[in-house]
Amino acid sequence: MSVATTDAMTDTMIELSNVRFGYSERVILDGLNLKVPRGQILAVMGGSGSGKTSLLGLLGGRNHAWSGEVRVAGQNVSSLNRAGLYGLRRQLGMLFQFGALFTDLTVFDNVAFPYREQTDLPEPVIRDLVLMKLEAVGLRGAAQLMPSELSGGMSRRVALARAIALDPTLMMYDEPFTGLDPISVGIIGRLIERLNQTFGMTSIIVTHDLNETLRIADRVVIISEGKVYRDMKPQEVRESQDPFIRQFADGLPDGPVPFHYPSPAYADQLIGEA
Amino acid sequence: MLLIGLEALGASITRTLDRLGLAARFSWGVVSVAGICLVRFSLLVREMYFSGVKSLAIISVSGLFVGMVLAVQGYEVLQRFGSAESLGSLVALSLVRELGPVVSALLFAGRASSAVTAEIGLMRATEQLAAMDMMAVNPLARIVAPRFMAAVVSLPLLAVIFSSAGVLGAYLVGVQLIGIDDGAFWSQMQASVDFRVDVLNGLIKSVVFGVAVGLISVFEGYHAAPTAEGVSSATTRTVVTSSLSVLVLDFVLTVSMFRGLS
Repeated sequence: MSVATTDAMTDTMIELSNVRFGYSERVILDGLNLKVPRGQILAVMGGSGSGKTSLLGLLGGRNHAWSGEVRVAGQNVSSLNRAGLYGLRRQLGMLFQFGALFTDLTVFDNVAFPYREQTDLPEPVIRDLVLMKLEAVGLRGAAQLMPSELSGGMSRRVALARAIALDPTLMMYDEPFTGLDPISVGIIGRLIERLNQTFGMTSIIVTHDLNETLRIADRVVIISEGKVYRDMKPQEVRESQDPFIRQFADGLPDGPVPFHYPSPAYADQLIGEA
Repeated sequence: MLLIGLEALGASITRTLDRLGLAARFSWGVVSVAGICLVRFSLLVREMYFSGVKSLAIISVSGLFVGMVLAVQGYEVLQRFGSAESLGSLVALSLVRELGPVVSALLFAGRASSAVTAEIGLMRATEQLAAMDMMAVNPLARIVAPRFMAAVVSLPLLAVIFSSAGVLGAYLVGVQLIGIDDGAFWSQMQASVDFRVDVLNGLIKSVVFGVAVGLISVFEGYHAAPTAEGVSSATTRTVVTSSLSVLVLDFVLTVSMFRGLS
Protein backbone atom coordinates (compact mmCIF):
# COMPACT_ATOMS: atom_id res chain seq x y z
CA MET A 1 0.00 0.00 0.00
CA SER A 2 2.73 2.39 1.04
CA VAL A 3 4.69 1.49 -2.11
CA ALA A 4 1.71 2.36 -4.27
CA THR A 5 1.39 5.77 -2.58
CA THR A 6 5.06 6.56 -3.13
CA ASP A 7 4.78 5.53 -6.77
CA ALA A 8 1.77 7.71 -7.22
CA MET A 9 3.66 10.68 -5.82
CA THR A 10 6.83 10.30 -7.89
CA ASP A 11 4.90 9.36 -11.00
CA THR A 12 3.29 12.77 -11.25
CA MET A 13 4.87 14.72 -14.11
CA ILE A 14 2.78 17.85 -13.86
CA GLU A 15 0.82 19.33 -11.02
CA LEU A 16 -0.98 22.65 -11.13
CA SER A 17 -2.68 23.79 -7.95
CA ASN A 18 -5.11 26.66 -7.90
CA VAL A 19 -3.27 28.53 -10.66
CA ARG A 20 -4.32 32.05 -11.51
CA PHE A 21 -2.86 33.74 -14.57
CA GLY A 22 -3.67 36.49 -17.07
CA TYR A 23 -2.36 39.29 -19.24
CA SER A 24 -2.46 42.88 -17.85
CA GLU A 25 -5.93 43.03 -16.34
CA ARG A 26 -7.50 40.15 -18.26
CA VAL A 27 -7.72 36.96 -16.20
CA ILE A 28 -7.24 33.85 -18.36
CA LEU A 29 -6.82 31.00 -15.88
CA ASP A 30 -8.54 31.28 -12.54
CA GLY A 31 -8.19 28.47 -10.01
CA LEU A 32 -6.95 25.80 -12.40
CA ASN A 33 -6.11 22.41 -10.90
CA LEU A 34 -4.56 19.66 -12.97
CA LYS A 35 -2.43 16.60 -12.30
CA VAL A 36 -0.81 14.58 -15.06
CA PRO A 37 0.93 11.23 -14.39
CA ARG A 38 4.06 10.24 -16.28
CA GLY A 39 3.57 8.50 -19.60
CA GLN A 40 0.12 9.92 -20.26
CA ILE A 41 -1.01 11.61 -23.47
CA LEU A 42 -3.23 14.43 -22.32
CA ALA A 43 -5.28 16.51 -24.73
CA VAL A 44 -6.21 20.00 -23.59
CA MET A 45 -9.16 21.49 -25.43
CA GLY A 46 -11.19 24.63 -25.18
CA GLY A 47 -12.34 27.62 -27.19
CA SER A 48 -9.94 30.22 -28.57
CA GLY A 49 -8.56 32.39 -25.80
CA SER A 50 -9.52 29.86 -23.11
CA GLY A 51 -5.91 29.70 -21.91
CA LYS A 52 -4.69 26.47 -23.51
CA THR A 53 -1.50 27.97 -24.93
CA SER A 54 -0.98 30.02 -21.74
CA LEU A 55 -1.00 26.72 -19.91
CA LEU A 56 1.94 25.48 -21.99
CA GLY A 57 3.68 28.80 -21.29
CA LEU A 58 3.26 28.23 -17.57
CA LEU A 59 4.65 24.70 -17.76
CA GLY A 60 7.72 25.85 -19.70
CA GLY A 61 8.26 28.84 -17.41
CA ARG A 62 7.64 31.36 -20.19
CA ASN A 63 4.57 32.65 -18.32
CA HIS A 64 4.50 33.19 -14.59
CA ALA A 65 1.44 32.32 -12.52
CA TRP A 66 -0.05 35.22 -10.56
CA SER A 67 -0.77 32.80 -7.76
CA GLY A 68 -0.91 29.08 -7.14
CA GLU A 69 1.76 26.54 -7.87
CA VAL A 70 3.04 24.98 -11.08
CA ARG A 71 5.18 21.87 -10.58
CA VAL A 72 6.86 20.10 -13.47
CA ALA A 73 8.99 17.00 -12.88
CA GLY A 74 8.84 17.76 -9.17
CA GLN A 75 10.15 21.32 -9.50
CA ASN A 76 8.22 24.46 -8.67
CA VAL A 77 8.56 26.36 -11.95
CA SER A 78 7.93 29.86 -10.62
CA SER A 79 10.60 29.55 -7.93
CA LEU A 80 13.38 28.68 -10.41
CA ASN A 81 16.03 31.21 -11.44
CA ARG A 82 17.21 31.36 -15.05
CA ALA A 83 19.80 28.60 -14.63
CA GLY A 84 17.29 26.38 -12.87
CA LEU A 85 14.68 27.09 -15.50
CA TYR A 86 17.07 26.26 -18.32
CA GLY A 87 17.98 23.08 -16.45
CA LEU A 88 14.31 22.11 -16.39
CA ARG A 89 13.78 23.07 -20.03
CA ARG A 90 16.50 20.65 -21.12
CA GLN A 91 14.04 17.93 -20.08
CA LEU A 92 11.17 19.50 -22.01
CA GLY A 93 10.38 19.52 -25.69
CA MET A 94 7.94 21.84 -27.35
CA LEU A 95 6.43 21.73 -30.81
CA PHE A 96 5.28 25.20 -31.78
CA GLN A 97 2.15 25.82 -33.79
CA PHE A 98 3.96 26.53 -37.06
CA GLY A 99 7.15 24.65 -36.27
CA ALA A 100 9.31 27.72 -35.57
CA LEU A 101 12.22 26.30 -37.55
CA PHE A 102 15.27 28.55 -37.86
CA THR A 103 14.86 29.85 -41.38
CA ASP A 104 18.57 30.49 -41.95
CA LEU A 105 19.55 26.89 -41.18
CA THR A 106 19.02 23.71 -43.20
CA VAL A 107 16.78 20.92 -41.93
CA PHE A 108 19.92 19.07 -40.77
CA ASP A 109 21.31 22.09 -38.91
CA ASN A 110 17.93 22.78 -37.30
CA VAL A 111 17.86 19.31 -35.78
CA ALA A 112 21.58 19.52 -34.93
CA PHE A 113 21.03 22.85 -33.12
CA PRO A 114 20.11 21.41 -29.67
CA TYR A 115 23.09 19.00 -29.78
CA ARG A 116 25.55 21.72 -30.80
CA GLU A 117 24.26 24.15 -28.18
CA GLN A 118 23.69 21.77 -25.28
CA THR A 119 26.26 19.01 -25.66
CA ASP A 120 29.97 18.58 -26.37
CA LEU A 121 29.41 15.68 -28.73
CA PRO A 122 31.80 15.42 -31.66
CA GLU A 123 30.39 16.31 -35.07
CA PRO A 124 30.30 12.72 -36.46
CA VAL A 125 28.17 11.61 -33.48
CA ILE A 126 25.86 14.60 -33.94
CA ARG A 127 25.51 13.69 -37.61
CA ASP A 128 24.39 10.16 -36.75
CA LEU A 129 21.98 11.35 -34.07
CA VAL A 130 20.43 13.93 -36.41
CA LEU A 131 19.97 11.33 -39.14
CA MET A 132 18.33 8.99 -36.61
CA LYS A 133 15.88 11.67 -35.48
CA LEU A 134 15.11 12.62 -39.08
CA GLU A 135 14.59 8.94 -39.92
CA ALA A 136 12.10 8.72 -37.05
CA VAL A 137 9.97 11.43 -38.69
CA GLY A 138 10.60 10.06 -42.20
CA LEU A 139 12.59 13.04 -43.48
CA ARG A 140 16.16 11.78 -43.62
CA GLY A 141 16.11 12.49 -47.34
CA ALA A 142 15.23 16.15 -46.74
CA ALA A 143 18.24 16.86 -44.52
CA GLN A 144 19.83 19.38 -46.87
CA LEU A 145 16.65 21.33 -47.70
CA MET A 146 15.98 24.80 -46.32
CA PRO A 147 12.80 25.35 -44.23
CA SER A 148 11.37 27.51 -47.04
CA GLU A 149 11.41 24.44 -49.31
CA LEU A 150 9.24 22.34 -46.97
CA SER A 151 5.47 21.93 -46.89
CA GLY A 152 3.58 22.73 -43.68
CA GLY A 153 3.41 19.09 -42.65
CA MET A 154 7.10 18.51 -43.34
CA SER A 155 8.08 21.62 -41.33
CA ARG A 156 6.08 20.32 -38.40
CA ARG A 157 7.83 16.94 -38.65
CA VAL A 158 11.29 18.54 -38.75
CA ALA A 159 10.33 20.68 -35.76
CA LEU A 160 9.23 17.50 -34.01
CA ALA A 161 12.58 15.85 -34.75
CA ARG A 162 14.30 18.94 -33.30
CA ALA A 163 12.05 18.98 -30.23
CA ILE A 164 12.80 15.34 -29.38
CA ALA A 165 16.55 15.71 -30.06
CA LEU A 166 17.56 15.63 -26.41
CA ASP A 167 15.02 12.92 -25.52
CA PRO A 168 12.70 15.06 -23.37
CA THR A 169 10.61 13.53 -20.62
CA LEU A 170 7.72 15.91 -21.31
CA MET A 171 6.60 16.92 -24.80
CA MET A 172 4.27 19.86 -25.29
CA TYR A 173 2.42 20.26 -28.57
CA ASP A 174 0.83 23.60 -29.40
CA GLU A 175 -1.89 23.01 -31.99
CA PRO A 176 0.12 20.36 -33.84
CA PHE A 177 -2.61 19.68 -36.41
CA THR A 178 -3.57 23.23 -37.36
CA GLY A 179 -3.39 24.03 -41.06
CA LEU A 180 -2.37 20.53 -42.16
CA ASP A 181 -3.93 18.27 -44.78
CA PRO A 182 -5.62 15.07 -43.49
CA ILE A 183 -2.63 12.87 -44.40
CA SER A 184 -0.19 15.09 -42.49
CA VAL A 185 -2.61 15.20 -39.54
CA GLY A 186 -2.58 11.42 -39.49
CA ILE A 187 1.23 11.29 -39.75
CA ILE A 188 1.79 13.79 -36.91
CA GLY A 189 -0.82 12.01 -34.77
CA ARG A 190 0.88 8.65 -35.24
CA LEU A 191 4.30 10.16 -34.54
CA ILE A 192 3.09 11.67 -31.28
CA GLU A 193 1.63 8.34 -30.25
CA ARG A 194 4.71 6.35 -31.24
CA LEU A 195 7.18 8.76 -29.59
CA ASN A 196 5.20 8.62 -26.39
CA GLN A 197 5.27 4.86 -26.34
CA THR A 198 8.87 4.40 -27.50
CA PHE A 199 10.53 6.98 -25.31
CA GLY A 200 8.14 6.81 -22.36
CA MET A 201 7.41 10.52 -22.59
CA THR A 202 4.53 12.40 -21.12
CA SER A 203 2.70 14.42 -23.76
CA ILE A 204 0.39 17.40 -23.59
CA ILE A 205 -1.45 18.29 -26.76
CA VAL A 206 -3.23 21.60 -27.00
CA THR A 207 -5.59 21.25 -29.91
CA HIS A 208 -8.86 21.89 -31.70
CA ASP A 209 -8.70 18.76 -33.84
CA LEU A 210 -11.09 16.43 -32.10
CA ASN A 211 -10.97 13.36 -34.34
CA GLU A 212 -7.23 12.79 -34.35
CA THR A 213 -6.91 13.81 -30.70
CA LEU A 214 -9.56 11.40 -29.46
CA ARG A 215 -7.77 8.63 -31.37
CA ILE A 216 -4.40 9.10 -29.65
CA ALA A 217 -5.13 10.73 -26.26
CA ASP A 218 -5.44 8.82 -22.98
CA ARG A 219 -7.36 11.63 -21.38
CA VAL A 220 -9.12 14.82 -22.44
CA VAL A 221 -9.34 17.97 -20.36
CA ILE A 222 -11.61 20.79 -21.45
CA ILE A 223 -10.82 24.24 -20.15
CA SER A 224 -13.48 26.88 -19.88
CA GLU A 225 -13.66 30.13 -17.91
CA GLY A 226 -10.17 29.59 -16.52
CA LYS A 227 -10.89 26.20 -14.95
CA VAL A 228 -10.98 22.55 -15.87
CA TYR A 229 -14.55 22.21 -17.14
CA ARG A 230 -14.42 18.46 -17.84
CA ASP A 231 -11.79 15.78 -17.30
CA MET A 232 -12.73 12.62 -19.18
CA LYS A 233 -11.70 9.66 -21.29
CA PRO A 234 -11.86 10.00 -25.11
CA GLN A 235 -14.77 7.58 -25.24
CA GLU A 236 -16.73 9.71 -22.78
CA VAL A 237 -16.22 12.76 -25.01
CA ARG A 238 -17.67 10.89 -27.97
CA GLU A 239 -20.71 9.87 -25.97
CA SER A 240 -21.21 13.04 -23.97
CA GLN A 241 -24.51 14.89 -24.26
CA ASP A 242 -23.16 18.06 -22.64
CA PRO A 243 -24.17 20.93 -24.98
CA PHE A 244 -20.72 22.57 -24.72
CA ILE A 245 -18.90 19.36 -25.60
CA ARG A 246 -21.38 18.52 -28.36
CA GLN A 247 -20.88 21.96 -29.88
CA PHE A 248 -17.15 21.36 -29.82
CA ALA A 249 -17.31 17.78 -31.08
CA ASP A 250 -19.82 18.44 -33.85
CA GLY A 251 -18.38 21.80 -34.87
CA LEU A 252 -21.66 23.65 -34.38
CA PRO A 253 -21.29 27.39 -35.07
CA ASP A 254 -23.66 28.45 -32.31
CA GLY A 255 -24.35 27.08 -28.88
CA PRO A 256 -22.94 27.69 -25.39
CA VAL A 257 -20.01 29.35 -27.20
CA PRO A 258 -21.87 32.07 -29.11
CA PHE A 259 -21.31 32.68 -32.83
CA HIS A 260 -21.68 36.44 -32.41
CA TYR A 261 -19.19 38.69 -30.73
CA PRO A 262 -21.09 40.65 -28.02
CA SER A 263 -22.96 43.41 -29.84
CA PRO A 264 -26.06 45.64 -29.48
CA ALA A 265 -29.34 44.34 -30.89
CA TYR A 266 -29.09 43.96 -34.68
CA ALA A 267 -32.41 45.68 -35.46
CA ASP A 268 -31.67 48.58 -33.13
CA GLN A 269 -28.34 49.16 -34.78
CA LEU A 270 -29.70 48.98 -38.34
CA ILE A 271 -32.76 51.17 -37.73
CA GLY A 272 -31.60 53.33 -34.89
CA GLU A 273 -28.66 55.02 -36.57
CA ALA A 274 -29.06 56.81 -39.85
CA MET B 1 -10.01 70.39 -21.95
CA LEU B 2 -6.93 71.31 -19.94
CA LEU B 3 -7.36 68.15 -17.91
CA ILE B 4 -7.53 66.00 -21.02
CA GLY B 5 -4.37 67.66 -22.33
CA LEU B 6 -2.58 67.09 -19.03
CA GLU B 7 -3.72 63.50 -18.96
CA ALA B 8 -2.41 62.88 -22.48
CA LEU B 9 0.89 64.57 -21.58
CA GLY B 10 1.21 62.47 -18.44
CA ALA B 11 0.40 59.29 -20.34
CA SER B 12 2.97 60.02 -23.03
CA ILE B 13 5.66 60.82 -20.43
CA THR B 14 4.89 57.59 -18.56
CA ARG B 15 5.03 55.65 -21.82
CA THR B 16 8.37 57.20 -22.76
CA LEU B 17 9.86 56.55 -19.31
CA ASP B 18 8.52 53.02 -19.42
CA ARG B 19 10.18 52.36 -22.78
CA LEU B 20 13.43 54.00 -21.66
CA GLY B 21 13.48 51.77 -18.59
CA LEU B 22 12.81 48.74 -20.78
CA ALA B 23 15.60 49.82 -23.15
CA ALA B 24 18.03 50.29 -20.25
CA ARG B 25 17.26 46.86 -18.77
CA PHE B 26 17.45 45.25 -22.18
CA SER B 27 20.77 46.96 -22.97
CA TRP B 28 22.23 45.77 -19.70
CA GLY B 29 20.99 42.26 -20.47
CA VAL B 30 22.67 42.32 -23.88
CA VAL B 31 25.96 43.80 -22.65
CA SER B 32 26.16 41.31 -19.78
CA VAL B 33 26.03 38.35 -22.17
CA ALA B 34 28.16 39.96 -24.92
CA GLY B 35 31.16 37.95 -23.68
CA ILE B 36 29.80 35.00 -25.69
CA CYS B 37 31.34 36.66 -28.77
CA LEU B 38 34.80 35.97 -27.32
CA VAL B 39 33.99 32.37 -26.44
CA ARG B 40 32.22 31.65 -29.70
CA PHE B 41 34.03 33.92 -32.09
CA SER B 42 32.34 32.35 -35.12
CA LEU B 43 29.00 33.88 -34.09
CA LEU B 44 30.55 37.36 -34.21
CA VAL B 45 32.35 36.68 -37.49
CA ARG B 46 29.11 35.60 -39.14
CA GLU B 47 27.31 38.77 -38.09
CA MET B 48 30.28 40.95 -39.03
CA TYR B 49 30.09 39.43 -42.48
CA PHE B 50 26.39 40.26 -42.83
CA SER B 51 26.56 43.72 -41.26
CA GLY B 52 30.09 44.85 -42.05
CA VAL B 53 31.44 43.11 -45.12
CA LYS B 54 28.18 43.44 -47.01
CA SER B 55 28.19 47.20 -46.26
CA LEU B 56 31.65 47.63 -47.80
CA ALA B 57 30.39 48.53 -51.27
CA ILE B 58 28.00 51.28 -50.18
CA ILE B 59 30.52 52.65 -47.67
CA SER B 60 33.48 52.82 -50.03
CA VAL B 61 31.54 54.19 -53.01
CA SER B 62 29.87 56.82 -50.81
CA GLY B 63 33.24 57.73 -49.28
CA LEU B 64 34.78 58.12 -52.71
CA PHE B 65 32.05 60.44 -53.93
CA VAL B 66 31.92 62.47 -50.73
CA GLY B 67 35.69 62.99 -51.05
CA MET B 68 35.35 64.04 -54.69
CA VAL B 69 32.59 66.54 -53.90
CA LEU B 70 34.60 67.90 -50.94
CA ALA B 71 37.55 68.45 -53.25
CA VAL B 72 35.49 70.39 -55.81
CA GLN B 73 33.72 72.52 -53.18
CA GLY B 74 36.85 72.96 -51.06
CA TYR B 75 38.98 73.99 -54.01
CA GLU B 76 36.37 76.52 -55.09
CA VAL B 77 36.48 78.27 -51.69
CA LEU B 78 40.21 77.84 -50.92
CA GLN B 79 41.47 79.23 -54.20
CA ARG B 80 39.66 82.52 -53.45
CA PHE B 81 42.10 82.93 -50.56
CA GLY B 82 45.02 81.62 -52.57
CA SER B 83 45.42 78.53 -50.44
CA ALA B 84 44.31 75.79 -52.77
CA GLU B 85 47.23 73.63 -51.55
CA SER B 86 45.47 73.27 -48.18
CA LEU B 87 42.85 71.13 -49.92
CA GLY B 88 44.52 67.98 -48.55
CA SER B 89 44.19 69.03 -44.93
CA LEU B 90 40.65 70.38 -45.41
CA VAL B 91 39.44 67.11 -46.90
CA ALA B 92 41.30 64.87 -44.46
CA LEU B 93 40.21 66.77 -41.36
CA SER B 94 36.58 66.93 -42.50
CA LEU B 95 36.55 63.23 -43.23
CA VAL B 96 38.49 61.91 -40.24
CA ARG B 97 36.83 64.11 -37.64
CA GLU B 98 33.26 64.30 -38.89
CA LEU B 99 32.11 62.87 -42.17
CA GLY B 100 33.78 59.47 -41.84
CA PRO B 101 32.23 58.50 -38.49
CA VAL B 102 28.89 60.29 -39.03
CA VAL B 103 28.08 59.39 -42.64
CA SER B 104 29.23 55.80 -42.27
CA ALA B 105 27.05 55.47 -39.16
CA LEU B 106 24.06 56.89 -41.04
CA LEU B 107 24.66 54.56 -43.99
CA PHE B 108 25.18 51.62 -41.62
CA ALA B 109 21.87 52.38 -39.90
CA GLY B 110 20.09 52.32 -43.26
CA ARG B 111 21.91 49.35 -44.75
CA ALA B 112 22.68 46.95 -41.89
CA SER B 113 20.79 47.93 -38.73
CA SER B 114 17.43 47.99 -40.49
CA ALA B 115 18.10 44.45 -41.69
CA VAL B 116 19.05 43.34 -38.16
CA THR B 117 15.80 44.79 -36.76
CA ALA B 118 13.70 43.12 -39.45
CA GLU B 119 15.51 39.79 -38.96
CA ILE B 120 15.13 39.71 -35.18
CA GLY B 121 11.55 41.03 -35.42
CA LEU B 122 10.60 38.26 -37.85
CA MET B 123 12.37 35.63 -35.75
CA ARG B 124 10.22 36.77 -32.87
CA ALA B 125 7.02 36.84 -34.93
CA THR B 126 7.64 33.29 -36.18
CA GLU B 127 8.39 32.08 -32.63
CA GLN B 128 12.01 31.20 -33.48
CA LEU B 129 13.23 33.14 -30.43
CA ALA B 130 10.63 31.44 -28.23
CA ALA B 131 11.64 28.03 -29.60
CA MET B 132 15.28 28.80 -28.82
CA ASP B 133 14.38 29.94 -25.32
CA MET B 134 12.43 26.71 -24.78
CA MET B 135 15.52 24.75 -25.86
CA ALA B 136 17.33 26.41 -22.94
CA VAL B 137 19.38 28.59 -25.30
CA ASN B 138 19.32 32.25 -24.32
CA PRO B 139 18.31 34.25 -27.43
CA LEU B 140 19.95 37.37 -25.98
CA ALA B 141 23.30 35.60 -26.01
CA ARG B 142 22.88 33.50 -29.14
CA ILE B 143 21.09 35.95 -31.46
CA VAL B 144 21.10 39.48 -30.05
CA ALA B 145 24.58 39.95 -28.55
CA PRO B 146 26.56 38.90 -31.66
CA ARG B 147 24.51 41.32 -33.82
CA PHE B 148 25.11 44.14 -31.35
CA MET B 149 28.85 43.43 -31.09
CA ALA B 150 29.11 43.20 -34.88
CA ALA B 151 27.93 46.81 -35.10
CA VAL B 152 30.37 47.96 -32.41
CA VAL B 153 33.33 46.30 -34.15
CA SER B 154 32.36 46.91 -37.78
CA LEU B 155 31.42 50.56 -37.64
CA PRO B 156 34.87 51.98 -36.71
CA LEU B 157 36.44 49.83 -39.45
CA LEU B 158 33.87 51.03 -41.96
CA ALA B 159 34.47 54.65 -40.91
CA VAL B 160 38.20 54.22 -41.56
CA ILE B 161 37.44 52.76 -44.98
CA PHE B 162 34.99 55.59 -45.69
CA SER B 163 37.60 58.23 -44.82
CA SER B 164 40.31 56.49 -46.83
CA ALA B 165 38.05 56.24 -49.87
CA GLY B 166 37.18 59.93 -49.40
CA VAL B 167 40.83 60.96 -49.34
CA LEU B 168 41.38 58.92 -52.49
CA GLY B 169 38.40 60.62 -54.15
CA ALA B 170 39.72 64.05 -53.20
CA TYR B 171 43.15 63.11 -54.57
CA LEU B 172 41.64 62.01 -57.89
CA VAL B 173 39.66 65.22 -58.30
CA GLY B 174 42.03 67.70 -56.63
CA VAL B 175 45.38 66.46 -57.93
CA GLN B 176 44.58 64.49 -61.07
CA LEU B 177 41.72 66.57 -62.39
CA ILE B 178 42.15 70.12 -61.07
CA GLY B 179 45.91 69.94 -60.94
CA ILE B 180 46.86 70.85 -57.38
CA ASP B 181 50.45 69.98 -56.58
CA ASP B 182 50.79 66.36 -55.56
CA GLY B 183 53.42 66.97 -52.87
CA ALA B 184 51.55 69.93 -51.35
CA PHE B 185 48.32 67.91 -51.17
CA TRP B 186 49.88 65.07 -49.18
CA SER B 187 52.33 67.08 -47.05
CA GLN B 188 49.66 69.58 -45.94
CA MET B 189 47.49 66.64 -44.97
CA GLN B 190 50.31 64.94 -43.08
CA ALA B 191 51.18 68.14 -41.23
CA SER B 192 47.67 69.03 -40.13
CA VAL B 193 46.15 65.68 -39.17
CA ASP B 194 47.10 64.69 -35.65
CA PHE B 195 46.74 61.01 -34.74
CA ARG B 196 45.44 61.46 -31.22
CA VAL B 197 43.30 64.55 -31.67
CA ASP B 198 41.83 63.74 -35.06
CA VAL B 199 42.12 60.06 -35.93
CA LEU B 200 41.66 58.64 -32.44
CA ASN B 201 38.78 60.97 -31.61
CA GLY B 202 37.13 60.03 -34.89
CA LEU B 203 37.49 56.36 -34.00
CA ILE B 204 36.07 56.92 -30.53
CA LYS B 205 33.09 58.60 -32.17
CA SER B 206 32.43 55.61 -34.40
CA VAL B 207 32.67 53.19 -31.50
CA VAL B 208 30.06 55.26 -29.63
CA PHE B 209 27.88 55.38 -32.74
CA GLY B 210 28.33 51.62 -33.14
CA VAL B 211 27.11 51.03 -29.59
CA ALA B 212 24.10 53.33 -30.11
CA VAL B 213 23.10 52.04 -33.55
CA GLY B 214 23.71 48.41 -32.52
CA LEU B 215 21.62 48.68 -29.35
CA ILE B 216 18.77 50.50 -31.09
CA SER B 217 18.55 47.95 -33.89
CA VAL B 218 18.47 44.90 -31.62
CA PHE B 219 16.12 46.56 -29.12
CA GLU B 220 13.59 47.53 -31.79
CA GLY B 221 13.75 44.07 -33.38
CA TYR B 222 13.42 42.22 -30.09
CA HIS B 223 10.43 44.31 -29.03
CA ALA B 224 8.69 44.53 -32.40
CA ALA B 225 5.01 43.61 -32.41
CA PRO B 226 4.74 40.12 -33.99
CA THR B 227 2.89 41.33 -37.09
CA ALA B 228 3.87 42.56 -40.57
CA GLU B 229 3.03 46.10 -39.50
CA GLY B 230 4.92 45.72 -36.22
CA VAL B 231 8.11 44.61 -37.93
CA SER B 232 7.90 47.30 -40.61
CA SER B 233 7.37 50.10 -38.11
CA ALA B 234 10.18 48.74 -35.92
CA THR B 235 12.50 48.86 -38.93
CA THR B 236 11.51 52.44 -39.65
CA ARG B 237 12.01 53.38 -36.00
CA THR B 238 15.49 51.86 -36.07
CA VAL B 239 16.58 54.03 -39.00
CA VAL B 240 14.98 57.21 -37.64
CA THR B 241 16.12 56.79 -34.02
CA SER B 242 19.61 55.65 -35.02
CA SER B 243 20.12 58.59 -37.38
CA LEU B 244 18.91 61.14 -34.84
CA SER B 245 20.98 59.56 -32.07
CA VAL B 246 24.09 59.64 -34.23
CA LEU B 247 23.63 63.33 -35.02
CA VAL B 248 22.90 64.32 -31.41
CA LEU B 249 25.76 62.18 -30.05
CA ASP B 250 28.05 63.66 -32.67
CA PHE B 251 27.29 67.16 -31.44
CA VAL B 252 27.88 66.21 -27.81
CA LEU B 253 31.09 64.34 -28.60
CA THR B 254 32.43 67.07 -30.88
CA VAL B 255 31.85 69.75 -28.25
CA SER B 256 33.56 67.71 -25.56
CA MET B 257 36.46 66.55 -27.75
CA PHE B 258 37.41 69.63 -29.70
CA ARG B 259 36.56 72.33 -27.19
CA GLY B 260 39.50 74.63 -26.69
CA LEU B 261 41.37 73.36 -29.74
CA SER B 262 42.28 75.93 -32.27
